[in-house]
Amino acid sequence: MNDLRDLYEEVILDHNRNPRNFQKNPPDANRHAHGHNPLCGDDFTVHLTVKDDKIVDVGFEGVGCAISTASASLMTEAIMGKTVEEAKQIFGNVHHMLTEQGEDADTSTDVGKLAVLSGVKEYPMRVKCATLAWHVMDAALENRDDVVTTE
Amino acid sequence: MMGISEKMNKPALADRVQEIRKDFPILHQQVYGKPLVYLDNAATSQKPQCVIDAVKRFYEIDNANVHRGVHALSMRATEDYEGAREKVRGFVNASSTKEIIFLRGATEGINLVANTFGRKVVGKGDEVLITELEHHANIVPWKRLCDEVGAQLKVVPINEDGSLKIEEYDRLITSRTRLVCVAHVSNALGTVNPVKDIIAKAHARGVPVLVDGAQATPHEIVDVQDLDADFYVFSGHKMYALAGIGVLYGKQALLEDMPPWQGGGDMILTVSFDKIVYAGLPAKFEAGTPNFGGAVGLAAAIDYIGKLGIEEIAAYEHSLLHYCAERLSAIDGVRLIGTAANKAGAQSFVIDGAHPHDIGTIMDRQGVAIRAGHHCAMPVMQHYGVPATARASFAFYNTFEEVDAFIDGVLKVREMFAQ
Repeated sequence: MNDLRDLYEEVILDHNRNPRNFQKNPPDANRHAHGHNPLCGDDFTVHLTVKDDKIVDVGFEGVGCAISTASASLMTEAIMGKTVEEAKQIFGNVHHMLTEQGEDADTSTDVGKLAVLSGVKEYPMRVKCATLAWHVMDAALENRDDVVTTE
Repeated sequence: MMGISEKMNKPALADRVQEIRKDFPILHQQVYGKPLVYLDNAATSQKPQCVIDAVKRFYEIDNANVHRGVHALSMRATEDYEGAREKVRGFVNASSTKEIIFLRGATEGINLVANTFGRKVVGKGDEVLITELEHHANIVPWKRLCDEVGAQLKVVPINEDGSLKIEEYDRLITSRTRLVCVAHVSNALGTVNPVKDIIAKAHARGVPVLVDGAQATPHEIVDVQDLDADFYVFSGHKMYALAGIGVLYGKQALLEDMPPWQGGGDMILTVSFDKIVYAGLPAKFEAGTPNFGGAVGLAAAIDYIGKLGIEEIAAYEHSLLHYCAERLSAIDGVRLIGTAANKAGAQSFVIDGAHPHDIGTIMDRQGVAIRAGHHCAMPVMQHYGVPATARASFAFYNTFEEVDAFIDGVLKVREMFAQ
C-alpha cells in the first residue's frame, strides 16, 4: 500500500474530495477551453479571467478521476495571480515532472506544492489524467477552441 | 469468508478448480509482488495450454494456405480449417457448415450483416430496433446504416436492474421494423436477455433478429436452431480462443440471398474483367486468406469447454457471481450496477467518492485485474448517470478466494477514499 500512497497522497485525496475553484465560471472570465479523454471519460472545462496579461481568476468544471480532479484543483491554485508567461512556465515544469524519466527528471524544486503529483509518473496509464487540465489551461491561454485530449 | 450459502452448495466444478487452473499458464504469476487475480474475463479470456498448443502445432506442422494448393500441407491446413468449422457448427447446433462464416470477431459479423442484409432490407422510413444495453458494436453499425438510408434507430429501454423493458419491446416493434438486434448477454451489466422470446415475438411479425452472442458463448448453451436466431455472432477470444477469430452464424436461406461484402480471393468461382461469379456458402463471405490458425485454436477451445461441460461452467460461474454480488452489496458506499435476476459473467459497480479509474489502479496494485471504464457501452453509463463503472467479470478458473481478494481491494478503496 505504500506505493499506492505515493500516488494517492493525502493532498491529492483532499483536492479530490474538495476541489478548489471547482464548479466555478468567473463572471468576467475571458478565456475558456474544453478537454476530454474519451477512453477515460475525464472531461474538464477551464475558465480564466486574464487582465493585463495576468490570471486574476480561474475556475474549472467537469468530471474525472481523483488524479485528474486533484491535478486540476492544484493547478487553479498554482496559476492564480500568475502572469500568462509564469503559468506557461509552471505548466512546462509540471509536464516535465510527469513525463520525463531518468536524470533530468527531478524538477521537484521548481514546482513547489505540485510535487505531490510526481508519484503519477510511476503509473504510466494515469499520466494522461494528471496532464489533462493543464493542457486545457494552456489551450485557454491561447484561445484555442479545439477539444483538448491527452489520450 | 467461507460459510456463505452458495459455498455450502458448491457446484461440482468448484472441487476441480485448482486442477483446471493448471491448464492456464498465465494465471500463475505475480504482479507487483501479489498473486494475479484476473477478473477481466468479459474483456478477454485467458487461454488454456491446449489452445496454445493447438495453434502452435498448426504453425509448426500443418501451416499452408487453405483451399488453394494441391500439396500435402495445404490439404492438411484445409482439413484443419474446415474441421474447425464443423466443430463450431456443432457448438451452436447450426444445421449446416454453410451457415458458419469465419470472421475476425463479433464486431465484424455485425458489420457484415449491416452492410449486406441491412442494406437490402432497411430503407427510408424503416426502423431498426436495438436495446439500451448494447455495446457499441451493436449500436454503431446500425446507426450508420439508418443515417445512410434514412431509417430510424429505435431503442428498447432497460429497467433499473438492467433487464429489458419487455413491454416496451412489444410496443416498439412495429410494421416499420425491419430488423431486431440484441445482445444475448450484456457486457456491462451481465444481464441475460430472453432472446428466445424476443426472437419469437419478432418472427410473429415477420422481423428477423440478429443476436450478439459475444458475452454468451463462454457462459451459456447456445443452440441457434432452438433460439431460431436468424443471425448469431460471437468472438473466439472471449471463449478461451485467440483474438482475431470470430463467427457469424446465419440461416442458409438468408445468407444465400445476401450480396457478398468484401471482395477478393476465395469468395469467387470465376473472375474476368467482364464478369464475376461468386462462390457459394460459406466462401462467399470469406474474402482473402482467413485466420486458419485462429480457427484451429477456436476448435480446441470448443473441445476444452465441452470437456468441462458448459452447464457445469455456468453453474460454477453463477455461484462466483452471486457470492461477489452478495459480498459487494454488504459494503457501505458500494452501488451495484446491473442486478437483473438472470445474469451471467459480470458485476459492475461504483463506489461513493471513488472514480472507477482510481478503483482500477488501486486494485491493480494488489494484483487484481478488473475493468474500469464505459465498457464500450456509453448509453448504459448514461442510463445510470455515471461516467464509468468498475467491473469484475468471471471465468470458471476463478475461485472464491479470488473474490475475497477482490473484496479486500474494494475495502481498501473505501478506506482510502472515505468521505
